Amino acid sequence: MTKSTEKPAADNAVKRPDRRKALKTLAATSALAAAASSMPLFGRYGQVHSSEPIKIGFQVHRTGIGAAYGRWYDRTTKAAVKKINDEGGINGRPVEIVAEDDGTDPKRGAEVVEKMATQHGCDIAFGTLFSHVVIGSAPRAGELKIPYFVVSEGHHVASGMLNRYTLQPGITDVKSQVQAMAPFVNSTLGKKVTMIYPDFAFGHDHRDYFSAAVAAQGGEVVAKVAIPPTETSFTKYFPKIPRNTDVIYHVMVGPAVLTFVKEMGEFFGNSRPEIFGFIDSLEAVDLASPGLEFLEGTYFWEGNPRYAQANQSDYDKAYRKAVGVDANGASVSDPKDVSTYAHMFGCWETLHIVKAGMEASGYAGAGDRAKLIEAVESMTSMPHSYAHPQGAKEFNGKTHQTFGHQYITRVENGRLVLAHTTSIEDTYYPDETDYTKQSF
Amino acid sequence: MSVFFGSDLRKSWTLHIGVIMLLFALQFILPAYHHGNLARIMVLTCYAMGYNILFGYTGLLSLGHALFFASGMYGMSLTVQHLGWSAGPALLAGLVAGFAVALAIGLLALRTAGVAFMIVTLMFAQAGYLAALYFGEYTRGDEGFVIQQSFRQLAGINLADPTNRYFAALILFAICVFVSLRVVQAGFGRVLVAIRENEERTRMLGYDIHRHKLAAVVLSGTMSAAAGAAYGLLFGYAGATFASVQYSIFPLLWVLLGGAGTILGPFVGTLFMFYLIDLSSGLTTAYMLIAGFALVMLTLFAPQGLVGELRRRALRWLP
Amino acid sequence: MELGPYLILGLLEGLVTAAVLSLMALGLSLVFGVMRVVNVAHGEFFMVGAVLAWIIANAVDSHPAVNFLAALLLAPPATALLAAIADRLVLKRVAYDPERTIVATIGLLYIIQQVTLMTYGPDARPVEAPFNHRLSIPFVEWTESGMALYWPWGLGTTSYKLAVIGAAVLLLGAIWLLMTRTRIGLVMRATQLDSEMARAFAIPVDRVYAAVFGLGAGLAALAGVLIVPIQQAHYLMGHDPLLLSFIVVIIGGLGSLPGTVVAALLIGISDGMISVFFTPTLAKIIATLGVAFVLIFRPQGLFGRKGL
Repeated sequence: MTKSTEKPAADNAVKRPDRRKALKTLAATSALAAAASSMPLFGRYGQVHSSEPIKIGFQVHRTGIGAAYGRWYDRTTKAAVKKINDEGGINGRPVEIVAEDDGTDPKRGAEVVEKMATQHGCDIAFGTLFSHVVIGSAPRAGELKIPYFVVSEGHHVASGMLNRYTLQPGITDVKSQVQAMAPFVNSTLGKKVTMIYPDFAFGHDHRDYFSAAVAAQGGEVVAKVAIPPTETSFTKYFPKIPRNTDVIYHVMVGPAVLTFVKEMGEFFGNSRPEIFGFIDSLEAVDLASPGLEFLEGTYFWEGNPRYAQANQSDYDKAYRKAVGVDANGASVSDPKDVSTYAHMFGCWETLHIVKAGMEASGYAGAGDRAKLIEAVESMTSMPHSYAHPQGAKEFNGKTHQTFGHQYITRVENGRLVLAHTTSIEDTYYPDETDYTKQSF
Repeated sequence: MSVFFGSDLRKSWTLHIGVIMLLFALQFILPAYHHGNLARIMVLTCYAMGYNILFGYTGLLSLGHALFFASGMYGMSLTVQHLGWSAGPALLAGLVAGFAVALAIGLLALRTAGVAFMIVTLMFAQAGYLAALYFGEYTRGDEGFVIQQSFRQLAGINLADPTNRYFAALILFAICVFVSLRVVQAGFGRVLVAIRENEERTRMLGYDIHRHKLAAVVLSGTMSAAAGAAYGLLFGYAGATFASVQYSIFPLLWVLLGGAGTILGPFVGTLFMFYLIDLSSGLTTAYMLIAGFALVMLTLFAPQGLVGELRRRALRWLP
Repeated sequence: MELGPYLILGLLEGLVTAAVLSLMALGLSLVFGVMRVVNVAHGEFFMVGAVLAWIIANAVDSHPAVNFLAALLLAPPATALLAAIADRLVLKRVAYDPERTIVATIGLLYIIQQVTLMTYGPDARPVEAPFNHRLSIPFVEWTESGMALYWPWGLGTTSYKLAVIGAAVLLLGAIWLLMTRTRIGLVMRATQLDSEMARAFAIPVDRVYAAVFGLGAGLAALAGVLIVPIQQAHYLMGHDPLLLSFIVVIIGGLGSLPGTVVAALLIGISDGMISVFFTPTLAKIIATLGVAFVLIFRPQGLFGRKGL
């Protein structure tokens, strides 16, 4: 297969690739491969690895409550794989995605990981979003000793609950996100915060992390309004918001979110406090939807700003083009089809990290899985690049969790405009585990 | 209904022991993927078998069996997670939890019948699911938590190893089959069937209907809890999803598909649904569509379930 | 917010829930009562009504009121037709056997959900209400000069929500008239009381069943159309209303239409009010156990006849 081995200049800066390669027994051939891959315009080179594809098992939420995200995860993954294959694949081998629907169910998730490992013969498993599916599937991945790269935002990886085979290098976790919001909220919006969150694990995480972070800033959470997970009408909860609230912090998710915003608007009318929400509420939802006018002037956390900003990087431009998303974060073929822009970049970045890890470790097959994990664990700084269009990252090999910039945007004339970018340091918290101490 | 004369008894024991031996032998020849699946299927079959005792044999349709499955799962996993118990006592805790919950539900719900019974069991199961969310501090709610590999050792045997796991599942399966067979063949089981067929007449014959139904609920619930505890221990995860409504619908589905009121029906039903979803998800992303069609077809043309039809048309002695 | 206004708010919100719930439960009660079958796919007809409303509103694409009217007029009959076909093709062939119907309707549920996912997609989409004005509601307070009205902060509703309540009242009245004053209603009630006898009197029971099944689905779809400007149309939205409808039907008492309405009111309003006092999940636990205990101590429901 003739593939160009030219790589874009600003690709992953993987630390210590040479040392990794020196560990391999096939030192000569791997040195050849390394030399070849770093030389531009080399053309076809000796196929020292088989041209068998590298199989990546993609655990995708095609049905169930995560289906709206799954669709965009799928598109982003396909785009990333196309890019990687166009650039020569991984170690000269093409990448093949084997997708399986997990129905956003933890039992099925574990079964699907098993299927990928034992029946499809995948090299790695990747792509899960919903936390309960990750937690349900990770034990099996650990037992099967298959690297499991999740794109879930959950704190479960870094908490030490999972295993050495599970990593989250491509997307930041909710603890670091929430924590990083407190300084801006308290200094810009107000000190007295009312939190509105869904009454399950995801919401409780927000409640706990944010309360702690706000207290550290000298602010105060004046009310915590928990809403049952399957609630469809919210008006009756709004009276619980104290009159002296400076800012409302909301993180409602699920199909009822539009109702939530609409009814919040109907409740407050023209005299509302400051409002800060997480874009999770509106992923895949058009800001121009009727009833969302109320959001004008409110703020959002965005993992990755949906609308192209004034300071848009070339990387973001190229990434949007590759995935098929326009400057408003919607599909180029259907402006009403809004993407889950704040999350799906995780798939793109994770796949690039997988590639970097496989190339650094000279991954040849399932026997090298441990080496792959060690190679990824040794990664630290990942600069802003076409492979990391969301921004620079700092990966913590011990906790298997990456840290990155968080973005705060404001709704102005129906668009989300960047108001603040946090530093990566704002998002740090102390290590809670060290997976590198575990054996494989 | 089959009547147990001597040779029928021998035939049914031969069949069931044969099935267990076959499953034992398969452990050595099955490829890894199907080997893993079968372990799961066997544990879930125990859940279905528990359900079958109440539904297939006693004729009581519960829509809340996930409560029992989850009681076993949480009884086991919470003692491991928060009290540091080892696997053996934890399993026992799961069984006891299931027994206690089944007894309580039985005492309350059996005051109703028919559709009211369905709704009452559904309501208790919903309350259980919500309680699992409410006590999220301990249960981590819908997210659930992992039961670490180091805890999943029973008498020094590592249950995370596929071979050990398969055998553990097979042993549980064999025990449940054995218990079901004994129940069905004994007088107790026959009274249950009589209650199913004609409760008034059975009452007139002098049997204590309430005692029998209560015993059926408790047995059914405890068996389902055993499956729940085993599932958590063998597969390393406990979460509120297993207490949700769909996990109450699954055993009903598996039992109806396989054949309610037969011993092997639940196994066939669970196996069938698993592979139906698995195989059709390989063909299309719309596999639930295929599953839906299959269900409709089955109920149109094989109303007694797969094993039930077999019994009706050919092997009348099947228990 | 003070307790008084808060209770009013809970009451209003509860009435909206009760309105939609009563329509949907009525559909289920009819099917349950006349045909004696459990239709697990009933929630899916609710969802189909909402989804069709979105499709029709989008297709018509003019003033929101026109879009909505089109949806209101077209979606329920379309859903009713779909249900009647399902009845003829499947339910009739299993002779309405209770267990087989459950399996068949579970199959229908999967089919309807998956087809919706494949065509409409996984997103939740809104339909604009035909009209929607924010209405502040006054409350009384005691001042030096006696009772006076004031407008508590946040106490309000919308014109559309009030319209939903009104529409539900009208529709319930219409159904009641249909059942008690028309020949069709008489035929349905006769079939419910004794289908054998009805057949002996040359009532085409099969056609009645198809009509009843269609009517039940149509009512659910109507509830879906009414709720879709307040909520959104999403392919999984049928799950919770299904549970609630069952509860309402059983609590109200099988075969009793007034019972269904009263139960819907009770459950809808308590849903709004209980959350005033308790944390939501605890409130739901209490409500759920409450339903269970009502049934344990009064299995025939509030209005049902014993031994029905």
